Amino acid sequence: MPAKKSLAMLLSSILMLGSTQLMAAPSASMLADTCAGCHGTDGSSMGPAIPNIAGMSAEYFNTVMKEYAEDERYSTIMGRIARGYTKEEIALMADHFAGLKYMSTNQKLDAAKVAAGGDLYEKNCGKCHDEMGALADDDSGILASQWLPYLQYSMEDFQADKRAMPKKMKKKVEKLSAAEIEALLQFFASQK
Amino acid sequence: MKQIKRRDFIKIAGATAAVSAFGFPGIAAAAGKKQVVIVGGGTGGATAAKYIRRADPSVEVTLIEPNEHYYTCYLSNEVLGGARSMDSIKFGYDGLRKHGVTVVHDMATGIDAAAKKVTTKGGKTFSYDRCIVAPGISFKDNIAGYDMAAHEIMPHAWKAGPQTALLRKQLEAMPDGGTVLIAPPPNPFRCPPGPYERACQISIYLQANKPKSKVLILDAKDKFSKMGLFTQAFERHHKGTIEWVAAKDTGGGIKSVDAKAGTATTGSGDVHKAAVTNIIPAQQAGAIAITAGLTDESGWCPVDHKTFESTIHKGIHVIGDAAIQAPLPKSGYAANSEAKVTAAAVVDLVNGREPGTPSWVNTCYSIVAPDDGISVAMVYNFVDGKVAKVKGSGGLTSMDSSPAERAREVQYAYSWFNNITNDAFGG
Repeated sequence: MPAKKSLAMLLSSILMLGSTQLMAAPSASMLADTCAGCHGTDGSSMGPAIPNIAGMSAEYFNTVMKEYAEDERYSTIMGRIARGYTKEEIALMADHFAGLKYMSTNQKLDAAKVAAGGDLYEKNCGKCHDEMGALADDDSGILASQWLPYLQYSMEDFQADKRAMPKKMKKKVEKLSAAEIEALLQFFASQK
Repeated sequence: MKQIKRRDFIKIAGATAAVSAFGFPGIAAAAGKKQVVIVGGGTGGATAAKYIRRADPSVEVTLIEPNEHYYTCYLSNEVLGGARSMDSIKFGYDGLRKHGVTVVHDMATGIDAAAKKVTTKGGKTFSYDRCIVAPGISFKDNIAGYDMAAHEIMPHAWKAGPQTALLRKQLEAMPDGGTVLIAPPPNPFRCPPGPYERACQISIYLQANKPKSKVLILDAKDKFSKMGLFTQAFERHHKGTIEWVAAKDTGGGIKSVDAKAGTATTGSGDVHKAAVTNIIPAQQAGAIAITAGLTDESGWCPVDHKTFESTIHKGIHVIGDAAIQAPLPKSGYAANSEAKVTAAAVVDLVNGREPGTPSWVNTCYSIVAPDDGISVAMVYNFVDGKVAKVKGSGGLTSMDSSPAERAREVQYAYSWFNNITNDAFGG
């Protein structure tokens, strides 16, 4: 093959490779807006069960998506979705949702359970789930005002060892009765 | 502001004369404003309207839709099953008006791609810089005798609304021991799992109210969406009620009907007289897409997947079921996702920017029993100029998933419904 031709072929293949690789990643809003069909516009879910994802810390978002993709964290569907994105794309979405306002939910709850949960919160959960579970910067999920079925599913998964609990949480959860746990979940869901 | 040629100025002035109450500022606005006209107010059209306004409130968006309410096809099968009311799948356009969208209840009858104008049945003309066409589907004449009069006797219920209500009424009126015949269409068609979810939902109603009755599916295909999971559901929840028959065993499914006689005949000549007959014809793009010359020989609209701009007529984008979007499916979620890609591209284009890289998702739930939901999901990216499935992503609910997991999927389906309808129609 003449040197000139092979050089031209090499150059064109580099250009072709370049055009694929240089294709910019989708923008953060382009990626994040695809979530809205299930998680609600701007990550604020109308419920009843799919959680709000607006306002959660970027660290938590990145960790959770990685765990979903690697099946370290149980899901019905999120593993299938999480495997569709690169680490960089997930980081773009994480920053996007971290910057969005968390909207309060309005759900029917049991006032007596909410009150009982309030009494249990400080002693059992308050050290890590700051500000009644409303603080994103504690790098756990936002529990305050989250949809109750989602909180219940999460706790079922923790208790069934489908999802790993931090050691301190495991100790606390093991000592609580089913009624106490339900009261705590109702308490978190009731926060505005 | 772009240069206005004398001839264009006359057109603009002429258009503005119709709204002369706005006087001179109206002319200035018409010349300088970026105008997008959207034809069709279903999930795709409504989402596009809202997301354009969110991205750039300086773009004037006019949505042309004949009906004052939209009934979602998704979850309309639950109306047939009895778990859901017609009102729960009904959505209006006040939410879009809150986003500054001009909603015009009229029927688009023509799109002039050269003059960049949409004309309506009501005699109005709308000029645009970019047009988005989201017309949904229309029916092909693949079943002899299935004319407009037959639609009212053997409802398709494949455009939700009065047809859904009619089919439900027929189910309520049928005697116990009767058969409900469902004739699903050949590919490609709107909502590929829909006919089989419908069979499950009708079976739920029959088992509770008319337990001696049956659902007979005479398919125009030999396989279908989520087939393993549906077959499992037929066995698990609908044994003895639902029977599915492949096209190869009937000469291709139902080929003709005699609506007045109440009969439907298969390709191999078997005549079925069911208590209720649900004919779902073969499909193509909605009528306006055909009129506007946006379809190819397949009956669907070829588009550039980066922007969903028609490859036949520049300046017109086609989204939702009408577009050739495979491997994306013809689903509500895909229409919502395509609408956002297109909205972003249109906002870039009217502002003289190169559109960015697109990204899409599809998620589709089917409710096969009151506490049993199944799903299919996929993430899509843009590879070599086309929509592509992201390798390793997506897939179906596991055949082995537990009843508790299936119950969760029902709650997720309801959440998805609330969120996607609010995303498309909410204020």
